[in-house]
Amino acid sequence: MSTFYFAAPDALLGWLKKLAADYRVLAPRKEGRSVMFRPHTADELTDMDELLRRATASPKGAAIPHSETLVRFTSTKDAEDPARLNTSLEAPCGDVPTLLFGGRPCDARGFVVLDRPYLEGTFKDPYYAARRDALVIVSQACPTAFATCFCHWVGGSPAGREGSDILFTAVDGGFVLESVTEKGAKLLETAGFASGEDKKDEAEAAHRKAEASLGAPSTLENIPARVAARFRDEAFWIKETEKCLSCGACTYLCPTCQCFTITDEGSQLDGRRIRSWDSCMSPLFTLETSGHNPRAEKFKRMRNRISHKFSYYPQSYNGEYSCVGCGRCVVSCPVSLDIRQVVKHAVEGAPEIAQEAASKPAKPAPGAEAPKPAPARVKASAAASEPASPVEEPKEAPKAEAAPKAPAKSEARPKTGGKPKSGKKSR
Amino acid sequence: MSVLSGKELRIVGFLCNWCSYGGADTAGTARATQPTDLRIIRVPCSGRVNPLFVLKALMNGADGVLVSGCHPRDCHYSAGNFYARRRLEILKEFLPIVGIDPARFEYTWVSASEGQRWKEVVTSFTERIHRLGPAPKWADVTPRYDMPFSAPEKRLEPIRPLGCGANPSLPELREAIKKALAEGLEGVLGWKPGFDALHTEPVFMQTPEEVDQLVWGPFNVHNLANFLPQYKGRKIGVVVKGCDSKGVIELLAEKLIEKDDVTIFGMGCNGTVDLNRVLEKMPEGVAIENVNCSGNTIRVTAAGREYTVSMQDAAQDKCRQCTNPNAVLSDVFVGPRVTEPMAPADGRSGALRFLDDLPLEERMGFWKGQMERCISCHACRSACPMCVCRDHCVSDARDPAWLTKEDDVVQKLFFQLIHAQHLAGRCTGCGECQRACPMGIPVFALKQQFGRKIKQIFGYGAGMDVNGVPPLLAYQVEEPNIKEHELS
Repeated sequence: MSTFYFAAPDALLGWLKKLAADYRVLAPRKEGRSVMFRPHTADELTDMDELLRRATASPKGAAIPHSETLVRFTSTKDAEDPARLNTSLEAPCGDVPTLLFGGRPCDARGFVVLDRPYLEGTFKDPYYAARRDALVIVSQACPTAFATCFCHWVGGSPAGREGSDILFTAVDGGFVLESVTEKGAKLLETAGFASGEDKKDEAEAAHRKAEASLGAPSTLENIPARVAARFRDEAFWIKETEKCLSCGACTYLCPTCQCFTITDEGSQLDGRRIRSWDSCMSPLFTLETSGHNPRAEKFKRMRNRISHKFSYYPQSYNGEYSCVGCGRCVVSCPVSLDIRQVVKHAVEGAPEIAQEAASKPAKPAPGAEAPKPAPARVKASAAASEPASPVEEPKEAPKAEAAPKAPAKSEARPKTGGKPKSGKKSR
Repeated sequence: MSVLSGKELRIVGFLCNWCSYGGADTAGTARATQPTDLRIIRVPCSGRVNPLFVLKALMNGADGVLVSGCHPRDCHYSAGNFYARRRLEILKEFLPIVGIDPARFEYTWVSASEGQRWKEVVTSFTERIHRLGPAPKWADVTPRYDMPFSAPEKRLEPIRPLGCGANPSLPELREAIKKALAEGLEGVLGWKPGFDALHTEPVFMQTPEEVDQLVWGPFNVHNLANFLPQYKGRKIGVVVKGCDSKGVIELLAEKLIEKDDVTIFGMGCNGTVDLNRVLEKMPEGVAIENVNCSGNTIRVTAAGREYTVSMQDAAQDKCRQCTNPNAVLSDVFVGPRVTEPMAPADGRSGALRFLDDLPLEERMGFWKGQMERCISCHACRSACPMCVCRDHCVSDARDPAWLTKEDDVVQKLFFQLIHAQHLAGRCTGCGECQRACPMGIPVFALKQQFGRKIKQIFGYGAGMDVNGVPPLLAYQVEEPNIKEHELS
């Protein structure tokens, strides 16, 4: 049961300043012409309007930093036996309590998308889990949609609560704050804000206004199966990606892109194993030690990006897309490649798909308020019995995205010299 | 650990095996007293000294770097030091733009018999570095996030009239392309309308219907030369603005594409816009309904309101300084040629002017602040028509590892230095690196710094001649514009 509070801008700022003593407060800050989520000290939290800006880059760094140290290693020569090295390892897992302020509902939803591969299944990522535990997300309901927004295509909304601990909405004279999770409720209980129950309607009206400002809803159906059915249509992907520069700006700005690489930096005697952002748009991302590259051409890489977001991921996780519709990739693409158009073209011209395959990814038509669909995860045995299904081919791909890649390889190699080694072998 | 720990500075010396290393040896054998700050790295030849060695040392905390090789005309490999002289001179001229005092870097010539001269070189260079003191550390400088030069009132006065009205020759251009397609071209690179009326996007036109979508105007910002190498061996065409044609020429000069494969279609260009300068006039994210361009004025209708922007306000910096509005090289040139202006007194962008007026240490702060927001997507590299290594970029290499994968401002700036250094004398000034940057970091200024120094010293501008050779890939025995530096 969520509780509603009302806070004037000064009261909200005062609350944030107080929280800055215990939390690392990440909030939007304008740098050059970009807006980034940056840590703010209490003294820097002065202008509410500045904190409500829409960020150019997504806040995913709060849970998956651009680079993070997984292990620090130092080796010293043994005093008794100089031929022997004593190696000590340190795994700095954990994070300071962090409050993410001012993200939009799509940003918050991005963390839900990240949670699934990192936290579900047999192996939980301890680094990610620690950062997520330490993270409180206070999101801002969008006052109005941008022309490039399409959260309603992928199951979100300008006032969506998914992923947020607290959602606040600008109303006349201040903000209505709504507790979404227990974490959020606890924070708000001690904030000393007035009750906002009487302003609830006003907030809802604001939500409806923002929803109305979105563009036309998507009419696309059966997106995951249809995108998968396009897999072999290379001519289609070549045409769609003709203009792509293969730069990867989209992946680095994306709130849900999660590809990483693991490298050893420093020297063998004193170094660190780090995990850092990587991009499936980069040719090196899939380059194998043999020299073979399964995604050497840019159309294959873009096909992977689109398919992962709209086909593989939904097939693995209950029909949910790994796109939250924030539109950052559309706004910032150097060649104005519009992901909405690519998906639309992929779906509209997709070859006829078998009834059985079509019914599998049970995501309702976006925008429709349907009950939670039945799990769409295809069991291995069921999949094996449908050899003709066009969704078969790319099945291994989603695993490859989130699972730690290749570091084991470099460990297995004989170590020579003190040069930093790469987990992902490259030239 | 040295006995002088604390008093000693860190000076890195790159010495050629045949002369200067021998010279240092001679000085040692003669028991010449020398300061001990220098750490010597022996290299086969001064020509082996990649300017990135010097940059990496200086970026990572060296207080000084000294390169020494055989005297000119005396190279063990005939010409290694001739190449080195050009590269190192240009590097020295480049350094101030990132806030590194050029006095911290020197290159000189010492032969194997000149023990006494070596002693003097080392002593005077070390004294110079001690006078300068320890190099400022990146960690200590105050970052600066603002970009005052991007304010409307700071924008440069265009050196020729810019415009955005419809080009009456566009139908003629379309016809020419259709004819070429009919005669056997596989496709032609051009622009078509993008997801809204302010955006265009590159398109590879293969059918007459696609050619009918071709647009020409202030929103044709992309440099299509970038795409050419990927069509290598296929007969295609490309539509170019003047600046784009320079990219095509440079690719031809470097033999990355064949002239027989590429048909160049040109039309006079009246300037293109920096989209951010248009979008800043209206509320962020507003839906663009209509755009009407005439004369010098862009009228944008968005969310029921009309916003007016003049080309004076909106043009990209490069267009304000452009001296080549017509394709420098074209097979088919349609319509009248735009009057070409006289060369401008200086071709600096707003960012470069701003940096020129900043004290050195503040330049470091500027770059630190700007690069902090770099997300390392390397769109700057992908958008660059001259970044031809593509998936073999040295910055991705792990052995040797020029860069770590860490989220660190020195790493990010060093990537930019690699990019700029590899473009020295090759950059045609299209500015796509900066336009593509999703974070709006003014990285083009770094390439411009190299560009103007190369112009000053070698009188060379990239992309003007298919037979041109970038100056850093050539040498002259007597360099008229390179003077030997005094070492004191």
